[in-house]
Amino acid sequence: MSDNRDALWQALQEVKDPEIPTISLVDLGMIHRLQVEGKRVTVEILPTFVGCPALDIIRRDVRKRLLRVEGVADVEVKFVYHPPWTSERITEEGRKRLASFGIAPPRPAGDNPMDIVPPCPYCGAEGGEIQNLFGPTACRSIFYCRRCRQPFEGMKPV
Amino acid sequence: MRVESAAEAAKISGYREALTELLFQLADDELVMGHRDSEWLGLAPDIEEDVAFSSIAQDEVGHSVYYFERLHELGETDSDRLAFDRGADRRRNAVVLERPNGDWAYTIARHFFYDVFDQIRLEALSTSGYVPLAHGVTKIRREEHYHLLHMRLWFTRLGSAGGEATERMRRAVRDLWTEIGGLFSLGDAESRLLEFGIIPIGAAELKRRWEDQVRPAFEEAKIPWPGSPAVPEIDGRKGEHTSDLERLLDSMTEVFRLDPAAKW
Repeated sequence: MSDNRDALWQALQEVKDPEIPTISLVDLGMIHRLQVEGKRVTVEILPTFVGCPALDIIRRDVRKRLLRVEGVADVEVKFVYHPPWTSERITEEGRKRLASFGIAPPRPAGDNPMDIVPPCPYCGAEGGEIQNLFGPTACRSIFYCRRCRQPFEGMKPV
Repeated sequence: MRVESAAEAAKISGYREALTELLFQLADDELVMGHRDSEWLGLAPDIEEDVAFSSIAQDEVGHSVYYFERLHELGETDSDRLAFDRGADRRRNAVVLERPNGDWAYTIARHFFYDVFDQIRLEALSTSGYVPLAHGVTKIRREEHYHLLHMRLWFTRLGSAGGEATERMRRAVRDLWTEIGGLFSLGDAESRLLEFGIIPIGAAELKRRWEDQVRPAFEEAKIPWPGSPAVPEIDGRKGEHTSDLERLLDSMTEVFRLDPAAKW
């Protein structure tokens, strides 16, 4: 059954993050492993945050979508923590999609832990400031763009 | 000793019991702290802190669920029952964390002291011989990093601000100092935890590392160092608690107790 792996990955591309509907779980780098045994599929997913409240929705969405792939009769979703999800796992495509949703993609973790302010997703200006390390979801912070003079959201580097 | 799974842990005499004690300490610290954080919602001094405390509360409670799930794998009941259906005498959180929030200074100082301790404990546990624990704490540590940054900034700013802020911060430190030493206890299981390699360092070393990290913040905050914290009389790690925990549990479990069998 290894020939439906492409179809499975494509199906996963259609499952979006419940809190950021423009980006798929694949582009967020959350899919760790996909195993196919006959008609049974096991997906190992890396949560972005341990206490992410969207995990039950993600499990449901992944199951529902994969069960529609030909030759799949059973889907198991496992949340695993090894390797840990890090913001470096977001793909190039994912970074573009985050920005298009108005959420700045994370700056690579630098030497200075406070230097996390990404370029503004609206105008591209650097040198913004941290307004709140915490934001509307566990994985986001709130920044302020000095050029646009407006706040914007960004993914936390973790 | 490297132990890969709950099934393997069950085969070693005494291992499961020691591991269970530590997991309850971790889970209960995070759950109680997370609950106290959630009590600020709608009441924090500004809207940004409302956002911050809701996010931090969610992280802490999420971490407690991670530890409860490891306990469930080891044969304990499920995480909802572990969180909501367990008496105070079976709780293993440090007593200082069950105290009411007090004012903003007390809240910040306690959270800062706890976050430094938690980072040190997590760092130590990232080399735990119990592999499922080592994996989880590696992830949790990356999240806790932001709590610590946030609390340290508040602690040093309030401490060095002068006037009422400094006065309240100094009072908070004085009030916390009699009980903060309870964080470092590993309870009755300490020697077995060390022997099995579940945690690589004991209470004395946890405390030494904590002092090394907290003292520079005292200097920055211009708060005189009160000396090494003493070991408090009652030890939450042994199931000894105050009526403050009873009240916290009454409030936290109120909805659950309406109908324990309900699916929410």
